[in-house]
Amino acid sequence: MSVLIFIDTTDGHVKKSSLEVLTYGAKVAEQLGTVAEGVVLGSVTEDLAALGKYGVKKIHQVADDSLNHLDAQLYAKVIAQVAESTGAKVIIFSNNVDGKAIAPRLSVRLKAGLVSGAVALPDTSNARPDDPVGRGFVVKKNVFSGKAFANISVSTDIKIIALSPNAYKTVAGDGTAEVVAFNATVDAAKVKVTNTTKASGEVVLTEAEIVVSAGRGLKGPENWGMVEELAKVLHAATACSRPVADAHWRPHNEHVGQTGFAIAPNLYIAIGISGAIQHLAGVNRSKVIVVINKDAEAPFFKAADYGIVGDAFEIIPKMTEAIRKLKGVA
Amino acid sequence: MKILVCISKTPDTTAKIAFTDNNTKFDVNGVQWIINPYDEWYALVRAIELKEADAAATIHLITVGAADAEPIIRKALALGGDEAIRVNADSHDSFYIASQIAEIAKQGGYDLVLTGKETIDYNGSSIGGMVAELLDQPYVSLATKFELAGTKATITREIEGGEEVNEVELPVVVSAQKGMAEARIPNMRGIMAARTKPLKVVEPIAADALTTVAGFGLPPAKAGVKLVAADNVEELVRLLHEEAKAI
Repeated sequence: MSVLIFIDTTDGHVKKSSLEVLTYGAKVAEQLGTVAEGVVLGSVTEDLAALGKYGVKKIHQVADDSLNHLDAQLYAKVIAQVAESTGAKVIIFSNNVDGKAIAPRLSVRLKAGLVSGAVALPDTSNARPDDPVGRGFVVKKNVFSGKAFANISVSTDIKIIALSPNAYKTVAGDGTAEVVAFNATVDAAKVKVTNTTKASGEVVLTEAEIVVSAGRGLKGPENWGMVEELAKVLHAATACSRPVADAHWRPHNEHVGQTGFAIAPNLYIAIGISGAIQHLAGVNRSKVIVVINKDAEAPFFKAADYGIVGDAFEIIPKMTEAIRKLKGVA
Repeated sequence: MKILVCISKTPDTTAKIAFTDNNTKFDVNGVQWIINPYDEWYALVRAIELKEADAAATIHLITVGAADAEPIIRKALALGGDEAIRVNADSHDSFYIASQIAEIAKQGGYDLVLTGKETIDYNGSSIGGMVAELLDQPYVSLATKFELAGTKATITREIEGGEEVNEVELPVVVSAQKGMAEARIPNMRGIMAARTKPLKVVEPIAADALTTVAGFGLPPAKAGVKLVAADNVEELVRLLHEEAKAI
């Protein structure tokens, strides 16, 4: 028995969300009195053994070139082979773009119940002592777009958890993982990647710890300079409300809300956004929400932790300045 | 070209979320139901656009749900699509639902199965991937663009901080999100036509549910907003640093 963690990579680098699932998976293994092992597909330029500091003891690598890009069908087949060979009872993914593609396929392949979007460690308090994963394996997840949560009971022998990004804090300790080559049968990929575009040097919105977001209250795209300044000093990602994306003031990949991205940063700063229920559905899992709006009646204040009623055009530059001072940046 | 579009019935985005029966059931009292926005705006509308470009294409809609899902599937037919299938079963387990869809998909021999990226109620993002595995077909998730040339699909999907272009031969299963198409409103002709379009009801096949909902809960209410005066921005920064420890 073991807990198997999928270590997701991009261009040979381990993703931030992978560190979260490694920390989480090690904790699950500890809870079940077993060991945490990792599986990584394709070639990786980073030192995999160093991931041992997140609690993983052994990492199985299938370094086949056809696994350097995601083909969910192929990935699920290979991970299933590793899971079977290691006798994994709990398999953990990040519920990120790749996890959402692979985990459901693996669920079918292994006939393993899947909880996607988990936000906490499984509750195994009702499990029988002789069979810790057999019964009473309950995982909390978000439902209704963050407006509620559900406790999902998984009844299958093997369980799959896809952990929400930013829901579990990464903790690094000491330790080195043993990295072993796993000999898997790898078919030819059916999905061919022909092009990849990435905004370089920017903080990725769905992974960001801090997000600075602005809405129609900013009056026009020419006023986004101060938003970007504030984001820069906070090392934050920038986001926007739907009307702003629809008016093409900002690109669609910055739109957060019900139909855009759902995010869960530590800090969400909303500037000139009224806080319609559809917007809240995308940001309500943020740990701390700051609202800056000149309308004291804006519904967003009800969902906020901190707020300022006032003119964003005066407040934002002052805020940037105050944070610069705090961080000792000239 | 045969397209199957998966349609789910979800509470309206503004619906009040509450639970009954000792927090084990969603309270449907007074809830307005809609087509899951990702299924409607992105999966279905893109399918309609593909049919507009290829008159020989057919679109079938599928929903897994009780009879009360019929107004939703009729509404989807008003937007477009040739006929609808309702699998007469009520379940919240993704594997059970995917098994029903895959069965219909196998019988129909579709070139393309389209779903929304997730439903706005259970937020599972699982049906597309499960159906693809059950059909042993490739799966491209979180797609923002879908183009077709003969039997070759060129699909753009979201990746962290960017996009990736995939090429794949049909048949394929695709989950759709924003970017795929623009929302449409059904016109009167569509609404009239939808009344007479075939809506087939089929009984479910035997399938397991791998998960059950043990209970629901609401997140703890916010303690209330702490307001800071507009001329005291430094105080906000201090609170964020010292109290919230967020910066």
